Amino acid sequence: MSEPLPGRPHERKIVLSLAGITKRFGAMTANEAVDLDLHAGEIVALLGENGAGKTTLMNILFGHYVADEGEVRIVGPDGELVPLEPGSPHAALNAGIGMVHQHFALAENLTAFENIVLGTRPLLAPSTSSRADRQRLEALMRDSGLTVDLDLRVSRLSVGEQQRVEILKALYRDARVLVLDEPTAVLTPQESEGLFATLRQLADSGLAIVFISHKLAEVLSASDRVAVLRMGRKVADLPTAECDRQKLAELMVGHSLSQSRREPRAPGEVLLALEGVCAGSGREAVRDLSLALRSGEILGIAGVSGNGQAMFARLVSGLERATSGRILLAGRDVTAGDARAMIAAGLARIPEDRHRDGIVGAMSVAENLVIEEIRSARYQRLGFLDFGAIAARAREAIAAHDIRCRGGSAISRLLSGGNIQKIVLARTLDAEPAVVLAAQPSRGLDIGATGEVHRRLLAARARGAGVILISEDLDELFALSDRIAVIHRGHLTPARDAGELDRATVGLMMAGHAEEAA
Amino acid sequence: MIRFEPRETVSPLLRTGVPVAAALAALALAALPIMAAGAPVLQAYVLMARGAFGSFFAVSELLSRATPLILTGLAAALAFRARLWNIGGEGQLYAGALAAVAIGSGAISAPPAVMIPLVLLAGALAGAMMMLVPALLKLRLGADEVVTTLLLNFVVVLFVQMMLEGPMKDPMGMGWPQSEPMADAATLPKLFDRMRVHAGLIVALIAALLAHILLARTVWGFEIRAVGENQDAARHAGIPVTATFVRVALFSGALAGLAGVGEVAGLKGYLTADLSPGFGYAGIVVAMLAGLSPLGVVVAALFIAGVFVGADSMSRAIGVSNYLADLVVATSLIAVLVSGLFVRFRIRLVGPGRRASAGKDTGA
Repeated sequence: MSEPLPGRPHERKIVLSLAGITKRFGAMTANEAVDLDLHAGEIVALLGENGAGKTTLMNILFGHYVADEGEVRIVGPDGELVPLEPGSPHAALNAGIGMVHQHFALAENLTAFENIVLGTRPLLAPSTSSRADRQRLEALMRDSGLTVDLDLRVSRLSVGEQQRVEILKALYRDARVLVLDEPTAVLTPQESEGLFATLRQLADSGLAIVFISHKLAEVLSASDRVAVLRMGRKVADLPTAECDRQKLAELMVGHSLSQSRREPRAPGEVLLALEGVCAGSGREAVRDLSLALRSGEILGIAGVSGNGQAMFARLVSGLERATSGRILLAGRDVTAGDARAMIAAGLARIPEDRHRDGIVGAMSVAENLVIEEIRSARYQRLGFLDFGAIAARAREAIAAHDIRCRGGSAISRLLSGGNIQKIVLARTLDAEPAVVLAAQPSRGLDIGATGEVHRRLLAARARGAGVILISEDLDELFALSDRIAVIHRGHLTPARDAGELDRATVGLMMAGHAEEAA
Repeated sequence: MIRFEPRETVSPLLRTGVPVAAALAALALAALPIMAAGAPVLQAYVLMARGAFGSFFAVSELLSRATPLILTGLAAALAFRARLWNIGGEGQLYAGALAAVAIGSGAISAPPAVMIPLVLLAGALAGAMMMLVPALLKLRLGADEVVTTLLLNFVVVLFVQMMLEGPMKDPMGMGWPQSEPMADAATLPKLFDRMRVHAGLIVALIAALLAHILLARTVWGFEIRAVGENQDAARHAGIPVTATFVRVALFSGALAGLAGVGEVAGLKGYLTADLSPGFGYAGIVVAMLAGLSPLGVVVAALFIAGVFVGADSMSRAIGVSNYLADLVVATSLIAVLVSGLFVRFRIRLVGPGRRASAGKDTGA
């Protein structure tokens, strides 16, 4: 990583200025009087927990939302700052703002080239492959170091390549300001480093870059300046050189933090075993999967998103059937079990997409707390719901786990991600299951809620449960796991002691180079 | 410029107010065709209201019209709560009517205490079976139930016509394609002397109450709501999704079947192929107006029945076609669907010159 650029930011030219931006959604204030100036040639990290208002701010900048108060100004053709028309992505694009969303906005059935030039030419243009455009784009690729096979369909590109297409798309439109929303969420560690090297090169050529992140390590290594958002307000704006990990974390959360610790523990007997399991087809398939999970251990499964983790989780959750192989839970064959059978056999499942699979958003907190056990004698009599018992369970869980809501009858959809995850954790873990499957359990959660997830997984381990932790976050995996296996294109490597592995090795394995890493 | 912003929460007032507003909007829009027909608008509305509520007889007509609508409305509401799109209420109604006639027009003779429950049961069963087929096609083969239930309507009505021209034709019917009349013991008693409103209304009201209890207070209802609101999460939580769909399909079909029983055993006394003027389809409107709430279905059915009865009466008095009723019913469905937009979104007017103030005038 190159040195921070010479010259203090205020001596450089301001290309974009956000002044007093306030945005409210109903009673919630997503942004409150946020000021942010952006200078040509700098990389600014916008740091904050989930729900701190980072994405809202950038969506206002790009015209997806209109601020209730405040103004966005961008440098005009004559070098003066002029107000940007609010609520118009078109105006933002024309003014030279390029945005790379977390979820890419690419047409999968078109080639990379077509995606890049899409929308930049008249609707009735005769052809999409004019030579001049092509040459300009190739020059752009050379200058920026962003290389991609222009003639491949986007659906055949890797996630990292798709991201490059998105950045090229912005550059092709002469972006002067590039905004990236959580750009490393889908990348391997090596790909992330490559991305930041490219961004540095682009900044050196005069581009102003903002990237949104909640990962302290990459903010510290890749940015010139950090703006920290907390609960919609900007609480700090300082040169990265003056920051360290601890300081940023405290600014982000607003109080000092304690780390969760993993006590050493001897693993016990095998609780869950997969023997040569195959399932699914295509990109999301898993092939010849074998693992043995022991009592009292956390087995981490690393991998870049989309390499079969989802299928693996669905398989163990009882939502998908294995086409071959066996799944044994405490010695019993549960290969053909459905979700109900898995729950009954003592397997707790924390789903990857908590909004889709974890809770019924339109139902109440109480109903979501009991949904897995609704047929047990505890909550019903002769098929009629026992509202007293359900409400009592809700009160108990809300108090025990500090679920922030207006009581058990509150509609779950309106809760924050962290509180929704607390509902899922209470529902799955309070019954002290023997095996826990946690798929991306802290994805999208803030530091406080992540700590709660980790504490509960460690508590399950401490009482002798076996825990499978599927995660894309290597920090999380190394902090929690006793052993780590890597999934790549549906194949799972044998699990190795976490102490024998380091981030670089796991990163190589995630990219499919298991032999070189071994 | 108009801007739509999603609402965080929906107040109960808005939730109940919007269908009422939609119904009123549909009635108000009906003024246009009334004017086009050259009739005095105000007088037409007065005549409609009088025709629906103006006398004991009018109210009896209203209630007898509402009876099948409550049942088909419940059929749609219950199915829609599970996101099972049963558009086949019409066919299930005819299947129920056919079964009632098959059992109740002389095939079995027994006292009313046996015959009436038997006829109701037969109709419910027939309706349920009509819905079982699309449900199984959906669950086994992924066939879209909107298509299968809708198309089955025509299959059933044509089958009924065939039966009425053939095996079930009344030999004493002067050649008309109609079934033999229901036996006296199988006929639902009238609630009042010389009024058409019959015991089917009691059946419908009890069904509404039971459907409400089912949805709100039972494990099955919990599962229906969970499957309807989020099928993925329900399956993940171990809720038997397939069994729930089958159960809802059976309940839904049975309710529509009961509507058919009421029409033949309570009102007409025999089966014809024009037994229902689209009660099955109108039930969908009833369910939507009711916001899929079983108790709301009763209110919505009374409104739709009032429109039908009132329009008939008005049509006789000033000669505006009673198709106006269909128009109001259709418009109110559209109005409800459009109003969904207002429930989910807050509408703001934003002009380039007034963007700074636009945020303040709508408040929280």
